Amino acid sequence: MDALSMGGYGAYVWTCYALGAGVLVVCEWRARLRHRRVYREIEVRIKALGDNQ
Amino acid sequence: MWKFIHQLASPPHFYRIAPAFIRWLAVPGLLLIAYGTYAGLFVAPMDYQQGDAFRIIYIHVPSAYLSMMAYMIMAVSAGIGLIWRIKLSHAVAAAAAPLGAWFTFLALATGSIWGKPMWGTWWEWGDPRLTSELIMLFLYFGYMALRGAIDDTAKADKASAVLALVGAVNVPIIHFSVEWWSSLHQGPTIIKEGGPAMDAAMLYPLLAMILGFTLVFGALLLRRVRAEVLYRERRTRWVKEMILAGGN
Repeated sequence: MDALSMGGYGAYVWTCYALGAGVLVVCEWRARLRHRRVYREIEVRIKALGDNQ
Repeated sequence: MWKFIHQLASPPHFYRIAPAFIRWLAVPGLLLIAYGTYAGLFVAPMDYQQGDAFRIIYIHVPSAYLSMMAYMIMAVSAGIGLIWRIKLSHAVAAAAAPLGAWFTFLALATGSIWGKPMWGTWWEWGDPRLTSELIMLFLYFGYMALRGAIDDTAKADKASAVLALVGAVNVPIIHFSVEWWSSLHQGPTIIKEGGPAMDAAMLYPLLAMILGFTLVFGALLLRRVRAEVLYRERRTRWVKEMILAGGN
């Protein structure tokens, strides 16, 4: 309980740690998403070119 | 050494070797963050003035440091790309911008949350550290908006590089603002004359968090650069061959 309340500053402290974790997760997720999207676009374009030939 | 750097600047070579570097950076980075979080929250003694609220330092300082470092990486890479026309440099600059913006947001948000119980206010417009850090967030937004507004990648690289270089003047302003002007923000804690103004039990988790965040940032940057390289090289033969071979 003491760890949770952080001497009355619990809301401030835990919010900051949650934000920190959130930013790291979002950065990783967005980087992976961007790569996947670009890869998929190229894959579709190559396939379309192959079908037309 | 030069041969290694020359090879690294080659987009296909970078694309192939980056995943190994990502792992080498991410794993120790996450372990350091885990240690720093545990020690910062539960082992470090509370501050005699700020109580447990000081524990916000373990998120705030690494994110503020990375917000500036990301900008320097962006500006230096953009400058190298502009002068020596190294393809990978512009990709690094483009990839660093969103990460820098996220860490600047984190620094501003955690600083604001820390400021409320300590200063009695979420934000103080007259404060030079807070305002210059906010300007940096807008510089990141401006850089990304400029890139997004220009369809031609080469033109976008040049225009955004100029903006990145001009905006770099803000980095020393942020760093020295607490020394040059009167500020609510506290002065330097770690890098100062006479050594760090912190007890070792508080300092080691902070150093672990700074190093951990830096390593994870490196891994995130490489992952983003890899996606950027793939986009820029999408019409090249090596990308076509790699995708046809089912590579990733």
